[in-house]
Formats: sequence, C-alpha cells, structure tokens
Amino acid sequence: MKLKKNIATSEEGFIYNPGTGDSFSTNPIGTDIISMLKEEKTAQEVIEIIRGKYDVDQQLFEKDLDDFVCQLKDFSMLD
Amino acid sequence: MKSQDKSLIEKKKNKIVIAVSALNAVDSPGPGVAVIRSIRECNDFDVRIIGLSYESLEPGLYMHDLVDKSYQIPYPSGGTDSLMARLIHIHEIEKIDVIIPNFDAELFNFIKLRDKLKELGIHTFLPDLDQFEARDKIKLYQFGKKHGLMVPEDKIIYDANQLEKVAKELSYPLVIKGKFYDAIIANTFEQAQKAFYKIQAKWGLPIIVQEFINGTEINIAALGDGDGNAISIIPMRKLYITDKGKAWAGITLDDDSFIELARKFVKATKWRGGCELEVMQTSNGKPYIMEVNPRFPAWIYLTAAAGQNQPAMLVKLALGEKVKPVTEYEVGKIFVRYAWDLITNISEFQKISGTGEL
Repeated sequence: MKLKKNIATSEEGFIYNPGTGDSFSTNPIGTDIISMLKEEKTAQEVIEIIRGKYDVDQQLFEKDLDDFVCQLKDFSMLD
Repeated sequence: MKSQDKSLIEKKKNKIVIAVSALNAVDSPGPGVAVIRSIRECNDFDVRIIGLSYESLEPGLYMHDLVDKSYQIPYPSGGTDSLMARLIHIHEIEKIDVIIPNFDAELFNFIKLRDKLKELGIHTFLPDLDQFEARDKIKLYQFGKKHGLMVPEDKIIYDANQLEKVAKELSYPLVIKGKFYDAIIANTFEQAQKAFYKIQAKWGLPIIVQEFINGTEINIAALGDGDGNAISIIPMRKLYITDKGKAWAGITLDDDSFIELARKFVKATKWRGGCELEVMQTSNGKPYIMEVNPRFPAWIYLTAAAGQNQPAMLVKLALGEKVKPVTEYEVGKIFVRYAWDLITNISEFQKISGTGEL
C-alpha cells in the first residue's frame, strides 16, 4: 500500500498522476489518507489516525478504506 | 572561434528561409502552423517563413504574423516533376534554406527530390525511402516482429471472401482499416463485411484486418538524427478527442516505458526527422504501436511548450548542426486547442486563388 512517488497532490484534494495524465479530486478525508500513504503509513496506522480525528465506526471505515485503496490501485497510483 | 568553424546558422547574415507545408489548421489539422509557431519561438535564429499550400482556404495562409509569404504547390498526385518545377520557381525568389513537409501524402515526393533539392542548397531532414516505407500501415506488423516492437497482428486482404478466414485466425472484435485512413471496429462477421465495403469504396484495396487492442491511447512525438539517436521524445495522452479521433486537448506524461519504446524505434530504424508513434497501452501496461506517422503531429507545439522544441531542433539538424539529445521536459503541460474565426478580405482570397501566391 505505497503511493507511487510521482503522484502529485494538493491540500485541496486534487490528485494528479503524471504517468497516465489522469487527475482526480477527493474530499478532506481522502486527502488525509493520500498524504498518509505518501508517508508509507500502514493500513492499521491510517485507521487509528482517522479514528482519532473523526467519529467513525471502525468496521465501516475499514471497508471504505479498502474501497478507496482499490480505486487507487485501479488508477495505477500504487506501487 | 575561427570563421571556418562557424555553423551555417552563425554564417547566415540574413534570415533563415524555411518553407513549411500543411497550413490547414482545421478540425483535423495539419501540423504546419504548429511547426511554424515552434520555430518562431526559438531564439537561436531569425527566420522568414514561406507557407506551401494546396488549397486557398488553408487558415495558415492568412496568418501573416506567422507566415511571411505563401505559394501554392501542385497536389502530390501530380508527381515529382511538377513539384520540382514549382519549388525551383519559389527558390529563385525566396532562396529557401530548409523545407519541412508535413503531409503524409506529399512526403514520398519530397523524399524522392531530397538530393535534387540539396544541389540547389535547399536542406531537408527526412527519412530515407526504405525507412518511410517500412513503417507503412501495411508492413507495420512485420516491421514490429523484425525489431522486437509490439504491434497488433494483422492480415492484409484484397477480397471480402478472405474475411471469414482471417477473422477466425484473429478472432473478434477486429479492426478493419483502410490503407491510408479510417478504422472501424467490427464485432461480428456482418459488421466486418460492411466495414470492408465501406472502406474499400473510400480508400481502395488492400484492407487491413487488425487484432483489436483495448487500452489507453498515447501519442509520442520523436525526433531522430538519422544515426539511431533519439534527439527528443515527448509522450502525450489525449484528454479530449474529436469525433475524428483527433486530440483537442492533451497532456505530457512521465512514463519511461514510452520514452524507451520511442528510443527503440528510432534506434531500430535510424529514423531521420520527426515522427509520431500512436501507441495503445493495455491495462497490464503493454505498449502496442498502432501506427507510425512519418512527420511531426499537429500537437507538436506542445513539445516546444514542454521544453523540447522539436521543430527548431529539426531546422538545426537540417542545416548540419550537431544537436545533443535532450531528456528533460515539463510533465503535466497541457494543450487545449480552440477554433478561431480568422477574418480576411476577398482580395487576399482572390490573390492566392488567382496567382497562387499570397
């Protein structure tokens, strides 16, 4: 679960993949997750940090994180 | 520096005179206007641009801030003699230093005339005839096999009766292609048959039946020095495509696999001049070469905008300068094409239509 090094992100949630030319926008939680993936945090660490910051059900968030990571993989953004 | 060491560009006291064709900056544009725009942005030389046109409504003819003077030239079907006669006439007036032809259909004639033009002092930077023909659509699969480049398998057929047999060999969906232009995807035998006759009526025989490759279309503009070195390579992904399949917006990419692919192509062919590789990248990352255009693409200005001015480098190479390969460019540079109503007067239209000059 490592974000490719050349993926560009902004604080506003804009994500740009220079390898494919694709660009996306995500919400603040997505932006947080992306920046944690950039820092090579594990899934468990991401879950703990997000749960510490937001009032969210653990099981629900684990599922959402899984979906989000699948999307990143589909869009060739993970190593 | 001793005077004899000076390059031709340094020796030129006057402006370098460059003739450029394909001024048809329309919805399916020729590259001429983009080539001129790139050359004009290069600070290494001062230029006078001569436009070479085929028709009186090519927009570039009326862009006087880009084109200093224009001349109509005979259609490629007229052959080399009439083209040479016309070029000699233009050369007597303009003293052309470099010609950059940009239409597929005219390249054969210009390549044939390359040596004669050189004798007149007119430089070109074009592929050899065998390089030009090796990348022809009809020969591309064999070319790919020979050089270890991935090209979709195809069969060349001259009769609709051959369709059933080749369809079994390649399996559906198939792409039915004309020898010059057009491609139709067929999912059934009936669709393939219909496409065969439609394309035959428009472009004649043979018809190319090609394996369908699903993926993302990438275009690569490259400049080869003729000795196997790629001087510049810029990959671009189309962001907006017209109904004719042309890029209306595109972005430069950061992907070494495309750079390597183009480098391999230039090395294998010892390509001289500009070219465009049309590539389909499959979901598992395999890059298939779909077509090789033997000239700059219409989006070539993006190479200049991204930091590698391929048309300007071609001018230097044509004039005998050594140009070092460049690798750095700006990733994420975007072009967005637009339509613009250029206003001119009937007198201008009359001049180019009546005298063949503007």
